[in-house]
Amino acid sequence: MSGALPPGERLAAAIAPEERLAAAIAPEERLAAALARLIRDPSAPPARHIAVGAASPIPAAACWLVRKGGQEVRLSLLHKRSGNPFTEGTRELFDLTGQGRIDLFFLGGGQIDGQANINLVGTGEWPGREVRFPGSFGSAFMYFMTPRTILFREEHSPRVLVERVDNVSAPGVSPPGVFRRGTAQALVTGRAVFRFDPARARFALESAHPGEDAASIRAAAGFDYDEPASLPVTPDPTPRELALLRGPVCDEMLETYPEFCARVFDRRAAA
Amino acid sequence: MTQAAETAPAFETPSVEALAARIPDGAMVALPPDNSLPSVALAKALIRRGARGLRLLGVPVSGFATDLLIGAGCVAELQTSAVSLGEAGFAPRFGAAVREGRLVLRDATCPAIHTMLQAAEKGVPFMPLRGILGSDILAHRPDWRVIDNPFAQGGDPIVLLPALSPDFALFHAVLGDRHGNVWLGRRRECATIAHAARRTLVTVERLHPGNLLEDERLAPGTISGTYVEAFAVAERGAHPVALLDEYGFDAAHVAAYARAARTEEGFRAWLAEHVLDARLEAAE
Repeated sequence: MSGALPPGERLAAAIAPEERLAAAIAPEERLAAALARLIRDPSAPPARHIAVGAASPIPAAACWLVRKGGQEVRLSLLHKRSGNPFTEGTRELFDLTGQGRIDLFFLGGGQIDGQANINLVGTGEWPGREVRFPGSFGSAFMYFMTPRTILFREEHSPRVLVERVDNVSAPGVSPPGVFRRGTAQALVTGRAVFRFDPARARFALESAHPGEDAASIRAAAGFDYDEPASLPVTPDPTPRELALLRGPVCDEMLETYPEFCARVFDRRAAA
Repeated sequence: MTQAAETAPAFETPSVEALAARIPDGAMVALPPDNSLPSVALAKALIRRGARGLRLLGVPVSGFATDLLIGAGCVAELQTSAVSLGEAGFAPRFGAAVREGRLVLRDATCPAIHTMLQAAEKGVPFMPLRGILGSDILAHRPDWRVIDNPFAQGGDPIVLLPALSPDFALFHAVLGDRHGNVWLGRRRECATIAHAARRTLVTVERLHPGNLLEDERLAPGTISGTYVEAFAVAERGAHPVALLDEYGFDAAHVAAYARAARTEEGFRAWLAEHVLDARLEAAE
């Protein structure tokens, strides 16, 4: 499985010299590093056990980056091709979460609105008579029962980031008295990082990915949010993070996400 | 034909087609999703038998077999938490049926499906579940109730879910023995469905010579014959879905299906080639 060259050099050797600069940091690598920073956020509740759901290679890469970076964290990857962490069937994830043993989960949304409501059901009248999405999965439970959720959706456009979702799979905030351990910590898109303030049920722009600015981010968002006077750029992954992503993180992900690893890290699973 | 006739020992196992014939039109049929051992072989046999009006339950979500059954016109209702073909994307025949209003769809959320089945497993009329409050799922489920937690001091609303006993549980296991036990390892949600359902019909990859429950290593991954009405041998009965470490997910096959099934005509052609011509399928 491993070639003669170390991962970083093997990657460089696979890319023509004129393409190397552009390929230096893939957008997926930048997003994984941004998610990893949110996971490690010392001001957030501790992330001792993280579960990663279906079709989530970038959140999975972020979790592996945290772990390979030396932080002790238990990862339950629900869509590993061989084996899985649960011996009581998929309900064990929900039972664990119900007890408060899962600290962090990732959710996306066909639509996400300014109050962090997510819609995985579809647009138009219930149950998605206009465009039907796959469905709510476990979101209506997980969003309440994990101390924190990171919302992640690469597409940052007015059709995804809407003022008000057509249908609520899971609400971003709940009235007093409703049992709820947490909600969105942040929203990461292909253009920016937003923080969520549950007390105000409102997002605040935290940083812009390279190539974006306050105007381009707002133009592509359908909901209102707070914005700092001076907008930081989302930091690049550090050289160490890049080496981890392209080496040991990719090694862990190759079996579950072969297409992602081939595309982003230029690595292929052994035949 | 299945391999049953060639390898069957002294006791009798019906054919896959004979199993499908036991499921009447209109039955509520629980199916596990693509990562949890659906019997695609039995779904195809239901299509060949021309089943109609089935009420499918995705435990807790639905995949390839459900999209096939919907496309073939076998399904009147679907209760599930999501329908997806995984990396191949949206389930095309499901999407078309929802758009055209041809399907009674009852959206749920994964742990709610597990909880309703667990209530049936225990023989209690309902079980509570946290979360869900404020979701439009709850607003569209008049059969789900909200009460005030009677063990708290008041002001703690919680959802109650009714017990759910499907008429049939269908899934694919690796091994079946002469006592009617089947083995499928850690995919214990299939055990929950079998416990909750009135009747359980299974396809298995192959026959096991001993008693699965007499083997300490196999027993924890075994579903007792107490719950299993019958099983049929169907080699590669989960294909194109993966079967534990026996064979992998056939992504190319599912992607080709997803492309073909974008249109009704494409779906019909795919069905003719891969389902209705059973001889061709057996030769694959």
